[in-house]
Amino acid sequence: MRLTPDEIIFWQYGFLKLNATIVFTWALMLVLVVGSILVTHRLSRDLSRSRWQNLLEILVTGIEQQIREVGLHEARTYLGFLGTLFLFVAAATLATVIPGYEPPTGSLSTTTALALCVLVAVPLFGIADQGLGGYLKSYMEPTVMMLPFNLISEVSRTLALAVRLFGNMMSGAMIIAILLTITPFLFPILMTALGLLTGMVQAYIFSILAAVYIAAATRTRKPKPVAKP
Amino acid sequence: MLIDWFTVGAQAINFLVLVWLLKRFLYRPILDAIDAREQRISAELADADAKRAEARQERETFQQKNEEFDRQRAALLAEATDAAKAERQRLLDEARQAADALRAKRQDALRQEADQLNQALSKRTRREVFAIARKTLTDLAGVSLDERLVEVFIERLRAMEGEAHAVFAEALKAATEPVRVRSAFELHAVQRAMIQAALNSDFATEVPVQFDAGPDLVGGIELTVHGQRIGWSIADYLRSLEQGVGELLNGQSGVAKSE
Repeated sequence: MRLTPDEIIFWQYGFLKLNATIVFTWALMLVLVVGSILVTHRLSRDLSRSRWQNLLEILVTGIEQQIREVGLHEARTYLGFLGTLFLFVAAATLATVIPGYEPPTGSLSTTTALALCVLVAVPLFGIADQGLGGYLKSYMEPTVMMLPFNLISEVSRTLALAVRLFGNMMSGAMIIAILLTITPFLFPILMTALGLLTGMVQAYIFSILAAVYIAAATRTRKPKPVAKP
Repeated sequence: MLIDWFTVGAQAINFLVLVWLLKRFLYRPILDAIDAREQRISAELADADAKRAEARQERETFQQKNEEFDRQRAALLAEATDAAKAERQRLLDEARQAADALRAKRQDALRQEADQLNQALSKRTRREVFAIARKTLTDLAGVSLDERLVEVFIERLRAMEGEAHAVFAEALKAATEPVRVRSAFELHAVQRAMIQAALNSDFATEVPVQFDAGPDLVGGIELTVHGQRIGWSIADYLRSLEQGVGELLNGQSGVAKSE
């Protein structure tokens, strides 16, 4: 049983290899970027606009709204990172309706890569927001005594994110794979539909958790903004 | 092992590239477009608000002007009405005065005309009566009117008696000037002598007599002395006729006035 598209290798030269994960990731990137260019190369700034532009505007403003609800008020600063996280995972899931397609998110390598990106991005955003001293000082809050616990918390939550993402993504793929071996004729359609749903949920959960971590890193020492009615 | 570390690195790079590409081609243009639209909408709303405020202000200004105009028009109308009334009253008064003046003038003219007519009538009547009397007397008695006049005058002198005779005699005696006998015609010497003789014999005094002739006496003879007067003249009859005619004419003009 094949558990990951990493195992499908098209070309290999020593350490370098071109497997299905990378190829399908490129394909997804191509679709996303070309689609964006096609829609945005003649954007309407007037009151009337095309349907595709409307769709993309709803998508972008929706993501922005979600980030803001998490507590990141400078939503546009994090929109590129978090939004791409969501779009990539969601597109990878949606593409499963295409026969012969292997979702790159079904690979533990991909999910690990994404978790690592979050692990690096969280302190980077924190430093960018509070400065290096301010960010490092947040580990000693409320007292110096808390430094080891804060460090453990930081590492463990990043680990938890990576493992959770891996588990979520793998579970979906695993269940489909197992069920396919039991009932190859009836269940694929049903499980693909279910996979679409779970994939969207995972995409949402992953990007929201990343947003929460970034929010925790950036607003540790900030006073709570006054809630709007 | 499920993790292939080359794939992990490649996927991380892929992801970062995708982040940059999507930022470049998706988020920034879309957000820019949204911002531009929002700015435009807010600008248009602000513009609309400004226009609405302007319109409200203009409407208020217009209303104020309208009311002011109405007030002015009413005032002007009232003024014009008053002026017209005053002018009408003035014209009516003027016309009434003119009518009054005209009526007065016409009445004057009428009265003058009536007077003239009266005078002419009386003159004519006197002349006619005198002529008729003269002719009648001449035809009937064969004596001239003048002679008959002198006879009548002398008869009157002689017919005086009592108090009148005494008063007249006193006057004749007290007279320092000659007695004046006026007649409408020139008296003959015989007639003068007859009058002189009558005076002398009747009042037993020698009085100088001065004879005058004046047409105003109209066929008559008159003696005046010291404020006393005696005589006979057609003018006496004529005066009563004149009075009668005058009363008649006055009555007519009174009727004309009341009309």
